[in-house]
Amino acid sequence: MLIGKPSDFPSSAITPKEQYLNRRRFLRGAVSGVVTAGAAALGAEQLADVFAPRTRVQAGTRLQTVQSPLTTTGEQLTSYQDITTFNNFYEFGVPKDQPAKNAGVLPTRPWTVAVTGKVKQPKTFDIDALLKLRPLEDRIYRHRCVEGWSMVIPWVGYSLSEFINQCEPLPSAKYVQFVSYYDRKVEKWSNQTSIYWPYNEGLRMDEAMNPLTLLTFGLYGEVLPNQNGAPVRIVVPWKYGYKSAKSIVEVRFVSDMPRTTWNTMAPSMYGFYSNVNPNVDNPAWSQRTERRLGLPFYAQRRTTLLFNGYGDQVASLYKGMDLRWNH
Amino acid sequence: MKRSILIPLKTLVWLACLWPLGVIVTGVATNQLGPDPAGAIASDTGLCALWLLLISLAITPLRRLSPRLSWLIKFRRLLGLFVFFYATLHLLTYVALYSGFDVHAMLADIAKRRFITIGVAAWLLLLPLAATSTNWAIRKLGGRRWNLLHKLVYLAAVGAVIHYWWKVKPGVLSPVPFTVVLVVLLAARPVLAWNQRRKLRPVAA
Repeated sequence: MLIGKPSDFPSSAITPKEQYLNRRRFLRGAVSGVVTAGAAALGAEQLADVFAPRTRVQAGTRLQTVQSPLTTTGEQLTSYQDITTFNNFYEFGVPKDQPAKNAGVLPTRPWTVAVTGKVKQPKTFDIDALLKLRPLEDRIYRHRCVEGWSMVIPWVGYSLSEFINQCEPLPSAKYVQFVSYYDRKVEKWSNQTSIYWPYNEGLRMDEAMNPLTLLTFGLYGEVLPNQNGAPVRIVVPWKYGYKSAKSIVEVRFVSDMPRTTWNTMAPSMYGFYSNVNPNVDNPAWSQRTERRLGLPFYAQRRTTLLFNGYGDQVASLYKGMDLRWNH
Repeated sequence: MKRSILIPLKTLVWLACLWPLGVIVTGVATNQLGPDPAGAIASDTGLCALWLLLISLAITPLRRLSPRLSWLIKFRRLLGLFVFFYATLHLLTYVALYSGFDVHAMLADIAKRRFITIGVAAWLLLLPLAATSTNWAIRKLGGRRWNLLHKLVYLAAVGAVIHYWWKVKPGVLSPVPFTVVLVVLLAARPVLAWNQRRKLRPVAA
């Protein structure tokens, strides 16, 4: 059984902060603290922002969380260090270690999420209001990248469906599109690609309403580090990682299948659905197996599961559909 | 070039060529290669092989620019063999760390995955060049045939750059610098040759 009762995995079993907070992070925190204190003493608030942006202060803040019956059990968690230093966030650089170095400039406060398109009334939600909309849950999910590696990540958030209900979509809304933050001046590393920004992804309405689809604010019980998509992102655990858009500024309800970023770049490689499927290869490489990062070389390779092992909860969404054609 | 300069210079080039290997080995030993060491080794060895290949291809055009640079030829074999060394490490990373020595998986990959097909092809093109790098082989083949055989390096270089383009995701521009350098180096040869012919042509009466 892949999904356990809350009692199977209490949040107390999640690696405590002391164990993964390494010395370097501690030092960085200490240094930025000293700088902030010094700047405050000078009475120069703007100076404080320059040397220790509020984004740094935000990331790592402890979140109040509750247990969830939708958490995945029986998996060894990937370390905080690995989850936060190996990121695909091309707006902050293509090499995997770059987002962790560059994403500090992402201004995560103030932050709003605009709700547009086929809704009763367009709205704007403040990030702090979103954080309080529902109790935040600890949800451990497997994360499978289309590139063939995987992790196990303890996210923090609540079902996207809870948010969508607040948005009051019209019956004509068949798809929901997520638009990521983009500012060419802030994310100057985005010129390492020829991708048309801002990044956007989308889901069919029933996929978005599935309780596994998580509106995500944190990981390891803390506010998301910027490189992991702060301050709010989507996590769709049965799809390849790129479907889980980061740093969302707009949620758009639409009647037609949206033209999403990777699907537009290379439709044969990145289908709209992009469900994890070991039987459908990416033209460039096989998806049969994956490498679970954080384990020793010889122990990494494992079989990829259909729907990333979440078939019990999501296979019914695709009943009667040809998963090869609708890859 | 005097031996007293050549020997230290060759030693330096050797050390420079071994430096990336040292960085990788140290990284593995101290667990500093990040969450995906296999990916880091594959990418480092591949990039290293490609840069060295481009450097070795630059030697002939540079020599044509000035007779004073003719001593550069003494470094071409050394560089070429290091290209083969890093390309082989790159291939072994795939064989050992990605395929886990699974012959069936590898054959399927070579048949189906175009970036692997062309990568393996480029390595196979380098193999006879490395094998015929000794003075004995040059004598045995004769200069003309040896030169002809070693023209395969151009194919290998083009294959390697295409391999890189097919490996990265569409829209990722990291192979651009390599492509630009290769195009410049390939274009330099006919341009320099034409220039030389022009100088040698007797002036019409």
